[in-house]
Amino acid sequence: MLELQHISFEVPENDVSHEILRDVSLTVPDGRLVVITGPNGGGKSTLARLIMGIERPTSGTISFNGQDITNLSITERARLGISFALQQPVRFKGLQVLDLLRLASGRDITPSDACEYLSAVGLCARDYINREVNASLSGGELKRIEIATVLARGTALSIFDEPEAGIDLWSFQNLIEVFQGMRENIRDSAIVIISHQERILNIADEIVVLRDGELAMQGPRDEILPRLTGTASALQSCRRIS
Amino acid sequence: MKLDSIQKQLLAEIADLHSIPEGAYNIRSNSQSVGRVSTANIEITSKTDVSGMDIRIKPGTKRQSVHIPVVLTESGLSEVVYNDFFIGEDCDVVIIAGCGIDNCGKADSEHDGIHRFWVGKNSKVKYVEKHYGSGDGEGKRILNPGTEVYLDENSTMEMEMAQIKGVDDTDRKTIAELAAGAKLVVRERLMTHGSQRALSAYDVRLNGAGASADVVSRSVARDNSYQRFDAKIVGNAPCNGHTECDSIIMDNGRILAVPGLEANDVDAALVHEAAIGKIAGEQLTKLMTLGLTEQEAEEQIINGFLK
Repeated sequence: MLELQHISFEVPENDVSHEILRDVSLTVPDGRLVVITGPNGGGKSTLARLIMGIERPTSGTISFNGQDITNLSITERARLGISFALQQPVRFKGLQVLDLLRLASGRDITPSDACEYLSAVGLCARDYINREVNASLSGGELKRIEIATVLARGTALSIFDEPEAGIDLWSFQNLIEVFQGMRENIRDSAIVIISHQERILNIADEIVVLRDGELAMQGPRDEILPRLTGTASALQSCRRIS
Repeated sequence: MKLDSIQKQLLAEIADLHSIPEGAYNIRSNSQSVGRVSTANIEITSKTDVSGMDIRIKPGTKRQSVHIPVVLTESGLSEVVYNDFFIGEDCDVVIIAGCGIDNCGKADSEHDGIHRFWVGKNSKVKYVEKHYGSGDGEGKRILNPGTEVYLDENSTMEMEMAQIKGVDDTDRKTIAELAAGAKLVVRERLMTHGSQRALSAYDVRLNGAGASADVVSRSVARDNSYQRFDAKIVGNAPCNGHTECDSIIMDNGRILAVPGLEANDVDAALVHEAAIGKIAGEQLTKLMTLGLTEQEAEEQIINGFLK
């Protein structure tokens, strides 16, 4: 179980402190798939990075399975069982897909084990395990490999930051199936997905709406989703631009 | 052939040799040939005017290998060795060279290997050369290899050069001349640490129509080490040339990459790429989210980069 209490996050901008998140409190119980949504710039990705420890909150506490992890490093959080699929996957010259999956799983997995994770994200494993994780891979391929590294870790909490970004329409259905599969085997673990996609919102147990750095709505999907579709967040951001 | 444990370890490092190699070989230890075998197709003879060997490979020799590793374990030894390879037409061979120096003494140890290759028409050569240094003496471990490659029509040479650890000072010069349809592929991997210095210069001349060269260096400069990479390709005919220098700097490491392209034919297509930078923070972050410490992440990134 993940608990965020009164999380605020500020960054200095031209000598003025700019507030990205304001007093966000949130609980993600085990056995749940929680989707965090809301307008661009609302603080969703920042929240995910705070949970992983890539950024540290200005105030507030984060606890995981009862342990205060607010001051723990990325490595320590990862070892406690938190995984994170980056919105923009990183390229590594020389490191092969199999190497990355081995590092992710923490053991010397066989190519056939690696194939399972790659097949799950819709990649034909034989073509990929020996490929370098470099610029020769397309954005969509990298994104799916990124998701496969989280599957290979199989931790108690998996966070996906906009997994749909950069994935083509044909692979998108496959992606939904990956998350549905994870949802079915969730047991003592939890999944947090940051997404704008209605089809991902559709498979959520709970939906959290972040807007302008504040928690605007939170509750079961059936309660929140009708309030979102075709209204609220999308329209508001349009108005802001105009 | 008698080798002590340090010599055996050096042989394993530079040539993956754990026992007597198959095929033709010459093992040189502290300026002496300690083992040599010629085969029906590959003849190794000593030079009479200078230190070194002539290696003659008969035309049509396929799937055969030559090992010519060198080890130095006596502090203060300094030698220049000339090895000439005459490779006939229509061959397909692997040549494994390499030099390991263990210096526990106060005097510098130096091995300058001058390798020249004449590759016959339609032949294919793979050349592997590893350099390695060990020992904790004050004496420097110095390697200054000189390589000359002459590729006849439609021949191919693939060179893999690696120097990952322990060599204090290197000044490497490689020149190549390619006839029509010939192809040269170079993959150089280099890591320097401490206060080491490594210079590597290429001068590749594409003289015949359809010749091509691909010279790629990947290097890591750590601590206070210095590297200089000069890659010059001259296109004298319709040809394709590509050089690439891709480097990671760490600590107080310094790297100078000097591109050089000269086109003397309107159909010469020459490309140079160079990139130097530290390990990207996001690469470290990604591997840390997989549970690695920052140091472990750094090692994995470097190992992959130099693989």
